Amino acid sequence: MSKTTEQVRKSLAKRYRAEKMFKAYGMAAIGFGLLALVLLFTDIIGKGHSAFFETYVQMDVTFDEYTLDIMDVNDDEELNFANYDGLIRDALREKFPGVDGRQEKRELYGLVSTGAGYELRDMLRADRKLLGQTRTLWLLADDDVDVYVKSSSDDRLESRLSENQKTWIQTFEAEDKLELQWNKSLFTHGDSREPELAGIWGAVMGSLFTMIVTLLLSFPIGVAAAIYLEEFAPKNRFTDFIEVNINNLAAVPSIIFGLLGLAVIIGLFGMPRSVPLVGGIVLTLMTLPTIIISSRAAIKAVPPSIRQAAMGLGASNMQVVLHHVLPLALPGMLTGAIIGMAQALGETAPLLMIGMVAFIVDVPGGPLDPSTVLPVQIYLWADSPEQSFVALTSAAIMVLLTFLIAMNTLAVFLRKRLERRW
Amino acid sequence: MDTAEKFDDKTPRSDTPASQSEGEQAMENSTRYPEQTIGSPYVDNAKMSMRDVDVFYGDKQAIHGVSLDIGKNEVVALIGPSGCGKSTFLRCLNRMNDTIDICQVKGSLHLEDQDLYDPKLDVVELRARVGMVFQKPNPFPKSIYDNVAYGPRIHGLANKKYDLDEIVETSLQKAGLWNEVKDRLHSPGTGLSGGQQQRLCIARTIAVSPEVVLMDEPCSALDPIATAKIEELIAELSESYTIAIVTHSMQQAARVSNRTAYFHLGRLVEMNDTETVFTKPEHDLTEAYITGRFG
Repeated sequence: MSKTTEQVRKSLAKRYRAEKMFKAYGMAAIGFGLLALVLLFTDIIGKGHSAFFETYVQMDVTFDEYTLDIMDVNDDEELNFANYDGLIRDALREKFPGVDGRQEKRELYGLVSTGAGYELRDMLRADRKLLGQTRTLWLLADDDVDVYVKSSSDDRLESRLSENQKTWIQTFEAEDKLELQWNKSLFTHGDSREPELAGIWGAVMGSLFTMIVTLLLSFPIGVAAAIYLEEFAPKNRFTDFIEVNINNLAAVPSIIFGLLGLAVIIGLFGMPRSVPLVGGIVLTLMTLPTIIISSRAAIKAVPPSIRQAAMGLGASNMQVVLHHVLPLALPGMLTGAIIGMAQALGETAPLLMIGMVAFIVDVPGGPLDPSTVLPVQIYLWADSPEQSFVALTSAAIMVLLTFLIAMNTLAVFLRKRLERRW
Repeated sequence: MDTAEKFDDKTPRSDTPASQSEGEQAMENSTRYPEQTIGSPYVDNAKMSMRDVDVFYGDKQAIHGVSLDIGKNEVVALIGPSGCGKSTFLRCLNRMNDTIDICQVKGSLHLEDQDLYDPKLDVVELRARVGMVFQKPNPFPKSIYDNVAYGPRIHGLANKKYDLDEIVETSLQKAGLWNEVKDRLHSPGTGLSGGQQQRLCIARTIAVSPEVVLMDEPCSALDPIATAKIEELIAELSESYTIAIVTHSMQQAARVSNRTAYFHLGRLVEMNDTETVFTKPEHDLTEAYITGRFG
């Protein structure tokens, strides 16, 4: 055995050990990441899953015209302002005849959500022959009832409900007239002070309009800037200065962009507050550096041989860019744009500055309607005292995460789909 | 076979290669560059004529006062050791050096009566007249058809699909590729073998009917069989085109060219009929190079 072989054999064990250690570190790092992810998801799904269902109670409701206080059932005006809550109160009193006294009555009426009255109104408006008839209906329960029903027997002891209310709920439960139904309002309503009526649809639409504005502004501007800087700009101090500043811009805290939006876009240009248009402009400023940097990297990755081939054939600079560089760089640019958009979708701070944190009940119909966005909605709900909002917050986080995962999947898919080999 | 040149001439490098053999060192010391190029660099029916061309990369001079003619329908081979400036010189002939900011070209370069570096001349027009084939096959990541049709399309050479089809077919036939690809014109050009890709690039270049075709080591990335095909092709093309080819293979230069120019460290040392250069080289450097003492 030669001396070299001897030395090599000696060192081999050491090398393999080092390699194993390195692998172990890597796996530990990945394991830690996965563990954190699993914990996050278990926590959020554990807290949030219950918000997708709400408690309903079954009662016989009589559409009594004296209680409703309407003369003419065909008069829409009268129908709008009729006393629907009275119907529910009647139904509750009928079900629990022994209830007496102001306090006790208030407790009884508190079992059913204020939203239940609106449902009765909608029913009557849809079918006016209901007047005077009695129907067995599922009515939306109040959020405190909802929390009580969903919690375990231990937690029920800590409920905010009075003893009377607990007895009544147990009566409903015993008669099998209480059940959990799919939470419609979560995906159709805007925000509300009543957790059982609050929905994220307003925030989803607000996010959607904001994202559309951001994409329409940031992608063309970012790509144009990247192409100019890479392909046309002379290399001098001025372009170096621009490059340094783009990189700096990427590191600016996002709330600064919010302040800028407040001072310049709202203050100077007089645009309305709380609207997705302004939100989109602010997020564009924030996303631009990401898109420019990733687009430039994508352009740089186009092999110079392709450029030379096109130029050798007599293609002008513009033709080289449009026919060859851009198609080859597009997957990279799109990936960068989608990652930038995902970042913008999760951004809260700059939007607080421009007033998108307002309490807005209506679902926005366009980029000029006041609205809020998903992460801000999460922030608002996390800040609310009612216990039901805990589950709602987690549910909203689940929706936001679904959006983010969908966007990232789209980025991967687009890259795979558009990527060309050379 | 020749070995592929690892560097292209884009990056300026030092005048003296680090790995000079002792023999070469002695050669440098004992031999002086000729005052003027030895042999006959000029011809009567010149297609392109270059006089006193200097090329600078920043402060560094890569080409020193090169003068030569390229005759109509002849094949001129540019040979010389790595870093001697032959590729740089070739790239001046269709102004591909324009893309390098620090590159400066001085002297007079003419394509027939046209001054190549006339500020009024549009480089697009020049490159349509002087086409180029590169060292590494570089088809566009598009179909074979689109590769060949690209030049005619951007220059508007064919108005109808029928005309374009014909240009594509003739070009592929001239490049000797038609029979191999006629059934898969719409499959990607990058899916062909290396030799086929290079012939596709040649087809793409001649599709715009240039007057001169520049070839920068077109076979250095190919195997001997593919090389033989390209060499055959060059011989055929020389009937209708003027060709300047940079090569590292002396056999290749001997096989394909009418005249050969020997470059050494940015100077044109000797230029003559190919046969004369290879059988009776006049200058010591030329002789040393073609007999394989360095390079």
